[in-house]
Amino acid sequence: MYRYDQFDHKLVTERVNQFRGQVSRRMSGEMTEDEFKPLRLMNGVYLQLHAYMLRVAVPYGTLSSVQMHKLADIATKYDKGYGHFTTRQNLQYNWPALEDLPKILDELAEVEMHAIQTSGNCIRNVTADQYAGAAADEIDDPRIWSEIIRQWSTFHPEFTFLPRKFKFAVTGCSNDRAAIRVHDIGIELVRGKDGDVAFDIHVGGGQGRTPMIAKLIGEAISREDLLAYLEATLRVYNMSGRRDHLYKSRIKILVHDIGAEEMKRLVEEEFALVKKQGVLQLPQEEVDRIRAYFAAPDFETLDAECPELDAAMASNKRFAAWVNTNTAQHKQAGYTIANISLKPIGGVAGDASDAQMHVVADVAEKYSFSEIRVTHEQNLVLAHVKKSDLLALWETLEANGMGTPNLGLITDQIVCPGLDYCALANARSIPIGQEITERFADLDRQHNIGELKLKISGCINACGHHHVGHIGILGVDKKGTEYYQVTLGGSADEITSVGKIVGRAFTEHEIVDAIETIVEVYLDLRESPDERFLDAYRRVGIAPFKEKLYADN
Amino acid sequence: MPIIKKGEWVSDEWISVDDETDLPVEGDVLVSLTRYQENAAALTARAGKLGVRLEASEPPEAIADVVGSFDLITVDFPAFKDGRGYSYARLLRERFGYTGELRAVGNVLRDQLSLMWRCGFDAFHVNQSITPEVFAESIGELSIAYQPTGVTKDTVMNARHK
Ligand code: HEM
Ligand code: SF4
Repeated sequence: MYRYDQFDHKLVTERVNQFRGQVSRRMSGEMTEDEFKPLRLMNGVYLQLHAYMLRVAVPYGTLSSVQMHKLADIATKYDKGYGHFTTRQNLQYNWPALEDLPKILDELAEVEMHAIQTSGNCIRNVTADQYAGAAADEIDDPRIWSEIIRQWSTFHPEFTFLPRKFKFAVTGCSNDRAAIRVHDIGIELVRGKDGDVAFDIHVGGGQGRTPMIAKLIGEAISREDLLAYLEATLRVYNMSGRRDHLYKSRIKILVHDIGAEEMKRLVEEEFALVKKQGVLQLPQEEVDRIRAYFAAPDFETLDAECPELDAAMASNKRFAAWVNTNTAQHKQAGYTIANISLKPIGGVAGDASDAQMHVVADVAEKYSFSEIRVTHEQNLVLAHVKKSDLLALWETLEANGMGTPNLGLITDQIVCPGLDYCALANARSIPIGQEITERFADLDRQHNIGELKLKISGCINACGHHHVGHIGILGVDKKGTEYYQVTLGGSADEITSVGKIVGRAFTEHEIVDAIETIVEVYLDLRESPDERFLDAYRRVGIAPFKEKLYADN
Repeated sequence: MPIIKKGEWVSDEWISVDDETDLPVEGDVLVSLTRYQENAAALTARAGKLGVRLEASEPPEAIADVVGSFDLITVDFPAFKDGRGYSYARLLRERFGYTGELRAVGNVLRDQLSLMWRCGFDAFHVNQSITPEVFAESIGELSIAYQPTGVTKDTVMNARHK
């Protein structure tokens, strides 16, 4: 993975010192809270309902074992013994004290980590496909390009006070595991005319109160033009994006208001001028330098078949279920990609205790070249595990509450913090998620239902991605009572769609039954067990679900 | 309010003239973009230097071809969160080739100085708490940059591939 050179080190250290100064100017009263706010936000510090929250950047979701151990230690020392992995592939601490923040940042810097640009109206930490470098289907490793974008966007002086926050996601292939079409800019690696890697640039996706699917603005942009194209897009947005209203300031609103064609015209006009200046050309040597950090690890030459694994699966049903749902095909024979579920039945989606983080760091060291990925669906990945090691790996995970075989199933949910933590929430999300996992705890039942992405947000800001859940749940407030609105048919993959509201919202006592009814309707009408919930929904539409849900009215 | 230019206090000799007031016969005048556009010929012909004020809603394309007429351009930041002026500065410096004084005015705070500096501003209308020492400290906090912008030609990329 990427290692800092002297320049990266220097910048992060200087940044920690800069923030230390800002914290002390705030504490002495020299700076008002209003002036401090954007500065602390740019260093990942939020004010939540009960306390400050620190969001640590995990660039494109990649961590080393050493870094994971450090995250665990910080959770022990400065928090309540746990951390929360987020949909931005980052880690959040929910209970740090303001005066400890510079110390935490120092400790993070020791392992080349930071909290830079994890909030604020700047270019946020870049996310990428969690199977990067391991997936059989990728054109190129998205981490290389994400790292290049990370460096270009870090402390970019022109784009630190954008109209609103700005999120990038990068996928290495057409199978989109990074939800690129619901980001401000989503990049898909493609083959250009010359056979080289090139970039399709999708602009103006997003969730929140106005969900939008990004439009393809730049097609097959070349390697040397990538940064110039991005700079042009950001400049158009910085100069023309609305600043009069919080909810109208994302780039998706600009693209929507002027239209994709006009956006493309403006970006291309600006791009031609940036390109003419020539200073932002991305040199091949720099790409090569960064590529070297992401070279494939030393794989052993192995058979694709692994009889030991087959035998272990035959004798252990839960393990077999885990292999079937939680592993994915690796490009190297004899290896597999292992997903660690952070969604135990009755647990808080994405939470990991300090002890669990240490365990993950250890198994990564033992079985996967000391490297870990965080996914936008709030799970972890060991990208390069030998098939023959899977049983030992799973046994350790299982013994530590991380062996749940539910990846992609109804209990593998994205859940926002909701009213338990968040000052903007209308309703609680976490307890609803927990109740649903308990209702569907039976593994055979979950596996029979098959792939079903359920996502929960506590308000319309959509941090829990409910718009793109196959089933989405949104907390709404009606005269001081928590209600839950259900959407169906959303999806965040290469065929992105925004879910449709099924009807009147449900109370907290009705919502779990309603979800069960939806699942039962699906099971009755699917053509075969291979027809996923989403496919069945797309075939039949919302009517059969509506009918059953509101039969009594 | 004092002005820091290239790191030093300077006294402001410019006469800022609003659109309703007659121009003084002598002295260096600073006028709005509208006034400049309505009286460009007269203003340019006048003895004394000429400056123009850009509001946050006035992108500098309007003066792209005539930047050489000005010795001062001010760019307003109505709120520190309004970052349009950063783009304006880069366009003026890097694209239109403006070399005169480029002054940030409005809500110009200590922790934005280095960003403004890196985009090409060389003068700042600041409050009393920002002394040349504070200015130097702020500008020096980050010693190297990833991006080539404004005055920053020494980038990490260039240092790596020397
Ligand atoms: C608890 C404190 C939080 C607050 C106050 C908060 C606030 C917000 C707001 C205001 C928006 C809407 C932005 C817009 O539409 O322009 C938003 C969107 C979003 N937030 Fe949060 N959020 C919080 C926690 C989280 C967490 C824990 C995550 C997970 C990493 C998260 C990830 C997202 C995502 C993915 C979106 C929607 C995608 C987008 O359009 O950007 N947020 N958040
Ligand atoms: S969706 Fe709403 S309730 Fe949930 S974390 Fe975001 S802002 Fe808070």
